[in-house]
Amino acid sequence: MSSEIPAAILPSVPSAAATTAARARLLACYRPPSGAYDELLGPGGAVRPHWETLVRELAGHSVAELQRRWETGRRFIRDQGITYNVYGESDGLDRPWRLDPVPFVFAAEEWRELEPALIQRATLLDRVIADCHGAQRLIRSGQLPPALVYAQPDFLRPLHNVKPAGRRHLQFYAADLSRSPDGRWWVVADRTQIPTGSGYALANRLIASRMLPEAFRDLHVQRLAGFYRDTQAALAGLSPRTGGEPRVVMLTPGPYNETYFEQAYLARYLGYTLVEGQDLTVRDDHVFLKTLSGLEPVDVILRRVDDEFCDPLELRNDSMLGVPGLVEAVRRGQVAVVNSLGSGLLQSPAFMAFLPGLCRHVLGEELKLPSVATWWCGQDSAEGYVEEHFDNLILKPAFRAPAGAAPRDRAGWLKQIRWQPHAYVAQEKVPLSYAPCWEDGGFVANPVSVRVYLVACGDSYRIMPGGLARISPEPAGRFVSLQHGGASKDVWVRAEAPVAEVTLLGQGLQPVELRRVGNNLPSRLADNFFWLGRYAERADSTARLLRSALVRFNPESTGSAWPVLAPLLHTLEEHGQLAAEKSDELRQQPEALEAELLAAIFDPTRPGSLRNTADQLRRLAILVRDRTSNDLWRVLTQLDDRLTPPAGAASLLAGDAVAVLNQTLVDIASFHGLTNDNMTRAQGWRFLDMGRRIERSIQTTTFLDSVLSSPAGENLGLLEVVLEVCDCSITYRSRYNVLPQLAAVCDLVLLDDTNPRSLLFQLSQMVEHFDRLPREKLTALPGPGQRILIDCMARLRLADPRELGRAGKTAGNTEIAKVIRLIGAAMPRLSEAIAVSYFAHSSISRTGAEPAPQTEAGP
Amino acid sequence: MNYRITHRTIYEYAEPVAVSHHAARVEPRVTEAQSRTDWRITISPEPAVQVQRPDFFGNRVCFFAIQELHAKLEVTATSVVSVEARSLRAPGLSQPWEQVARRYRDPVAPEAIKPFQFVFGSPLVQPRPEFADYARASFPAGRPLLEGVLDLNRRIHTDFVYDPVATTIATPLGEVWEKRRGVCQDFAHFAIACLRSLGLPASYVSGYLRTRPPEGKPRLVGSDATHAWFSVYCEHHGWVDFDPTNNCQPSDEHITVAYGRDFSDVSPVMGILTGGGSHEVKVAVDVEPL
Repeated sequence: MSSEIPAAILPSVPSAAATTAARARLLACYRPPSGAYDELLGPGGAVRPHWETLVRELAGHSVAELQRRWETGRRFIRDQGITYNVYGESDGLDRPWRLDPVPFVFAAEEWRELEPALIQRATLLDRVIADCHGAQRLIRSGQLPPALVYAQPDFLRPLHNVKPAGRRHLQFYAADLSRSPDGRWWVVADRTQIPTGSGYALANRLIASRMLPEAFRDLHVQRLAGFYRDTQAALAGLSPRTGGEPRVVMLTPGPYNETYFEQAYLARYLGYTLVEGQDLTVRDDHVFLKTLSGLEPVDVILRRVDDEFCDPLELRNDSMLGVPGLVEAVRRGQVAVVNSLGSGLLQSPAFMAFLPGLCRHVLGEELKLPSVATWWCGQDSAEGYVEEHFDNLILKPAFRAPAGAAPRDRAGWLKQIRWQPHAYVAQEKVPLSYAPCWEDGGFVANPVSVRVYLVACGDSYRIMPGGLARISPEPAGRFVSLQHGGASKDVWVRAEAPVAEVTLLGQGLQPVELRRVGNNLPSRLADNFFWLGRYAERADSTARLLRSALVRFNPESTGSAWPVLAPLLHTLEEHGQLAAEKSDELRQQPEALEAELLAAIFDPTRPGSLRNTADQLRRLAILVRDRTSNDLWRVLTQLDDRLTPPAGAASLLAGDAVAVLNQTLVDIASFHGLTNDNMTRAQGWRFLDMGRRIERSIQTTTFLDSVLSSPAGENLGLLEVVLEVCDCSITYRSRYNVLPQLAAVCDLVLLDDTNPRSLLFQLSQMVEHFDRLPREKLTALPGPGQRILIDCMARLRLADPRELGRAGKTAGNTEIAKVIRLIGAAMPRLSEAIAVSYFAHSSISRTGAEPAPQTEAGP
Repeated sequence: MNYRITHRTIYEYAEPVAVSHHAARVEPRVTEAQSRTDWRITISPEPAVQVQRPDFFGNRVCFFAIQELHAKLEVTATSVVSVEARSLRAPGLSQPWEQVARRYRDPVAPEAIKPFQFVFGSPLVQPRPEFADYARASFPAGRPLLEGVLDLNRRIHTDFVYDPVATTIATPLGEVWEKRRGVCQDFAHFAIACLRSLGLPASYVSGYLRTRPPEGKPRLVGSDATHAWFSVYCEHHGWVDFDPTNNCQPSDEHITVAYGRDFSDVSPVMGILTGGGSHEVKVAVDVEPL
């Protein structure tokens, strides 16, 4: 990823007057409201010292230069596929990440004060969770109202008295901080279960530090890599297995989760396998990863699945995201799950009302970092206060989402609170502080809050020197939410001296054991690679067929081109690119045909359209994101752009579409080039290539069948189309020097094993793949997939294309035509056989919904 | 009374199951009124992993996992239990219900914490204002708690129709309330919801019921079934059981297996299968008086 952004051009030294003007321009639109804390400007309007360097350096660049850099940064976000999924939007899956290029700067001394306060808070919360899930002394001694535990859906009874790995519930902790008008930091939310966003912080850092490299260096910004190195060490240390390298996996809810990008990004950065629940299985109370070569033990699970969804047996039994038997494996100490199952308990804002007392009781210290003032309505005293101060408070559910919509007005709220007082909290409205954000070449002031991250290391916690600053989408600045469209910022924590580089790779302490194979591929990923190969090839052949059709399409004389067009259209119909119900007569009307062909390219709702295939490719690419290169991703993004019809698509002409198809074919060629050149010949590549070969065999056989069955089988124009679609025109010309003849054309596209587009070549490649797959060698007899393949190979090798020279109009009835149809029909079965042998990740189902107990007759 | 109880559950799967994990709560509890002299569980095919332990509520759970390909699972639990006839409490002697409810408002005394957790909504039973309204007819001001519960128990028995096809295990309580129909489990859930809506602690009890054959007929083996009722916590008396399905207070003909906040805490044999397709289940219960 190091050469993505061109190095910034160093500024020339500007004159003093120019600098002053540039500063004034930068700050011209920066106007935070009075009453809120201003992060940038101190009292009197002077730039606060820790921001000074940044402001000076920004002022030293021309607006054009900064805009150019920002454009580069934005392109980087897009190319890298940095996304955040928003629920309930049609393009919700992968909306580009919104980053503001101006970092949030922390002074070194301020950070030094926050650090111990956050460590204290993490330690306290960890101890409180441990007590709630254990002896519950805090409840019995009256320090904590029992309702906070017992009324919570996040109190997981099956985890009661289960000791977490490393004796710690909070391996990770994040706090949302905001600054009140008096300049003090407050915790507005505790993230105890799945502290999300640290991966985005990492991505933000990559972009912001490249956009402003001089400032990044001169400000002595602390690096993030050390935090992740500690994370790796801490997680490895939790492995219950002694000896051997611990296997850590990251458990994801899947690509529809809002932070899926971050999960894949972090998993790749940390070197962990990204898995879904169905990739794991519990046997003999141990957790295993299902891979192509069998079950492999898993020692540590870094989870991104909510705790109650983690085990359908003992937790929520309608969960499809979990691993049945996981709780028992945890109970037995056979696997470490972080954060512990049940750690979501302390995420309830109700606890904030009790933290000062708990801190004195548990740690014997005063709470160093205050929480936003909170009243838990379950206390009689609080209820009255809330009623009296309603307008200055924000009311929230105390626990995770109770059913029903939030009340609209005061009366509604008070009624709800009176009905279930324990289920609500009230919090003081704290105005957020304002920080500079980038807009139109200068600063504007927006309300921000900062999320900071801690990881448990040894006896204490280590804080990430940085974080995720988020901009409130609401001008009044009362809440921040990425779901609601807020952008984020990198957080720069200054060090007093220049900082040394830290990297996650090559710590040079232990010699690396050399390997030629990577971690074993989960079978679900093999499935995704296989279909990635199939869809890429489908896009290729669809584009070729459509291009050949469009090139020959002539509004003046559809009739004369028809014999050549018909087999192309029939092939397209076979795979759904064209609607089958349209008759040939209708198709011969030029307008109708043109519309059909354009729809086959751009219509996203048509199942086989190029646009739709590109969507499938993108979806699959997301699923294998952590196993493929950024270049591959970029190619697919390009393809995606290409196939988005320009605005006013109604005026799109056949000629324009041909240009789009040409570009599409180049994109797919780059895709194949990248996979062939950059992927090691490991299992992932092998399945991708098998998918591609199967799809190409299907496409070739379908097309040749249409050609041979067409009355124009020997039409010169049609034979040229065959050569064109099968990308063999040049070879044919160099070899035969005569006009195309059916027998010679068929020999080239079917039987020539030196031609990478021939059918025989596809089958030979698959035979080779099969020989290298795990488990194929276990039995003496060939498996079901291999049998199909051997049969097809034998028939194809024995076919003699010369009979076509004599067949004339009956080409469709020749032996070779039958072989083509037979192979065409065998390929989907081969695909199925591969799926059964390798991808069989059968879904889980539940029982226990026994018929309701049925007794009435009583004494 | 002494009983020998056999509880057999048979699952038949349309497709073979590769791995399955189960939790069975089929071991009768030992309570003040109930003792257990023998208990055995037989599982076929033989589980690769099997362990027994108490759950959060003190019920005995048997966890087991089958790791060989199988198309049928059979779980048979047999027990010999002895149940003492419980003398019915004098309902009039309990505290006024409001006084009881007040004990479960913050701050809660340490000794009230245990029943306190049965005051809140649980996965299948959420309090609702209309449930409170229904319940209030049984709880006029100052009425002793158990008198009120006894009346509520009777009203549910009268107002609701026993109908085995009206509901399934997935039917939400709101629907049971609208239809005024259901089975013992629905009635128990509804009674619990009513009491919790008034701020009173109530729990769900699963178990068996002795059935008597019609006069002059022999007892049919295996025709009994699992049963469910509810329990309310009353200071000095502890948990007091009520059976709205039969409009009675359980004595020595109700055998307690487990209790929890609602059915989801005490599901008798639940499992998660990998593979299996659709499945059929047969449950046979035999309560034989000794």
